[in-house]
Amino acid sequence: MRRFFTVALLIMRKDLRVETRSRELFLTTLFFSVSTVLVFAFGFVRDGRPVENAVAGILWIAIAFAGTLALGRTFERERYHDVLRALLLAPVDRPAIYVGKLLGILALLAAVEVVIVPLVALLFQAPLFRQPILTFLLLSLGTLGFSAVGTLFGAMLVRARSRDVLLPVLLYPITIPVIIAGVRGIAVLLQPEVDVAMARAWIGMLVFFDVVFITLSLWTFEPVMTE
Amino acid sequence: MISNGTLCGLKGDVVKVTVKRLAVLCLLLSLCIGVIETSAEEVRAQSMQSSQQDEFVPIDQLDVEDQLPAAPLLVAAYAFAWFAMFVYLWSIWRRLARVERELASLANRTTGR
Amino acid sequence: MMHRMFSVVIVVATIFFVCAPVFIAWAPYESTMGLVQKIFYFHVPSWAAMFVAAFVCGIASAVFLFRGRLISDRIAVASAELVVVFGLIGLVSGPLWARKAWGVWWQWDARLTMALVLWMIFIAYLLLREYGGPGSEKLAAGVALFGMANVPFVYWSVNVWRTVHPTTNVVPTLVPGMRGPLWWSLVGFLLLYVLAMMARVRLETQRAALEQIYRELDD
Repeated sequence: MRRFFTVALLIMRKDLRVETRSRELFLTTLFFSVSTVLVFAFGFVRDGRPVENAVAGILWIAIAFAGTLALGRTFERERYHDVLRALLLAPVDRPAIYVGKLLGILALLAAVEVVIVPLVALLFQAPLFRQPILTFLLLSLGTLGFSAVGTLFGAMLVRARSRDVLLPVLLYPITIPVIIAGVRGIAVLLQPEVDVAMARAWIGMLVFFDVVFITLSLWTFEPVMTE
Repeated sequence: MISNGTLCGLKGDVVKVTVKRLAVLCLLLSLCIGVIETSAEEVRAQSMQSSQQDEFVPIDQLDVEDQLPAAPLLVAAYAFAWFAMFVYLWSIWRRLARVERELASLANRTTGR
Repeated sequence: MMHRMFSVVIVVATIFFVCAPVFIAWAPYESTMGLVQKIFYFHVPSWAAMFVAAFVCGIASAVFLFRGRLISDRIAVASAELVVVFGLIGLVSGPLWARKAWGVWWQWDARLTMALVLWMIFIAYLLLREYGGPGSEKLAAGVALFGMANVPFVYWSVNVWRTVHPTTNVVPTLVPGMRGPLWWSLVGFLLLYVLAMMARVRLETQRAALEQIYRELDD
């Protein structure tokens, strides 16, 4: 078990080192999500005020779009010199490779969210930090569920044709439950009076889907990645 | 639960690991059902309180809607079910006929040689 | 042999679809919704058949993924196509009922949304198989497992979250006169599912045989 996490951390460190040297993924993803927010601002702001509940949706759509872009690029990078195949040939547990890649994606998305969440709060005057713990839980659990499925699909689509289109086509319908829970949970927090029980219920649902998705991903990663 | 990796070659081990994985999955699932059921209770309690501002209000009380004829809707739904099933079966039939024709012609060619 | 099986499919389908309206017409009127409630007799069975197909697809995919049996992959792809067909029937008959009962064609409520999402997952499955290139069966099998994980959620969502959709308690509490036609349709739809799946599996097997012959000719 210790070896498992050592391998996972090693792979995450590798990804982060590549990223800190080029900063390509972080900067492009961040800029992309900011532009998404901008586009939605044109669509959902009327008379200087955002449409009710639109902020939660805008935030999550920005995260989901940015996540898809980051996932596509990360695995494209692994494809260039057949790095993924080399990783899979290494004498380590395959699920450890999955966990390592997942941690890398999570770190990247967390970095993007650290910028994009305060920005959305600022631009739309949304009281996102009134319940900091609940906001943090909703965002982190939602991102975890989304990236758990995304990492599996991104990795398996490396071998497939037309992978750029297929990634969102597969990813969005399957992660919809997570996105629904995230959007509704954040929307609850943005109400004038925060309904803590309701927010907790959405967090419970996120935990449920995270557990199901991660278990299924760990389960299927090995057979799916075997050629 | 995930420690076997690719290096595990023994069949007995594979079965044992599969059983172990299944057990872990069942445990996790039952745990999750517990979590979601308790949170569902809360949501249910919530919805009792806020049923007044429920956004999903059925509008069947509207007078206009009562005059909407039901028969065309029923017939349309029935016809569509029939049509969709028929088209699907027909498409299988056509695809199968084509493949079998090709198989037969290939068989002729190979025996003819 | 195939033609005999297909005649069976056609005969069963015809008997079912000719008798069903008679049975449904005999069924008593529902007090508040009246005639339009009768859409229920094939709306519910189509979703039931879809859920069965989704489960079969998921289990067959798991068997294919972990054991590598080719036949289970064929069953999975056949079931996935039938999920889409039955789902389409359910998605069309539902709004036709809702237009009368709720006054709108579509409601964004938990159950409707999740059912739509489930249907879309299986379309994504078929898209992946179609355009994923060689080796995509395995990837699609992974997707099907995730699709199957959503099925119990759709079933629960109606009871757990507040919704306008009738709950799953409706079926066990039906009056006897309504139960007969419902069961007739349910059995009919499931029979149709099994027969259509057999035909579709046969198609996939023949295709594989054809491919095998071509490969041998190439060598």
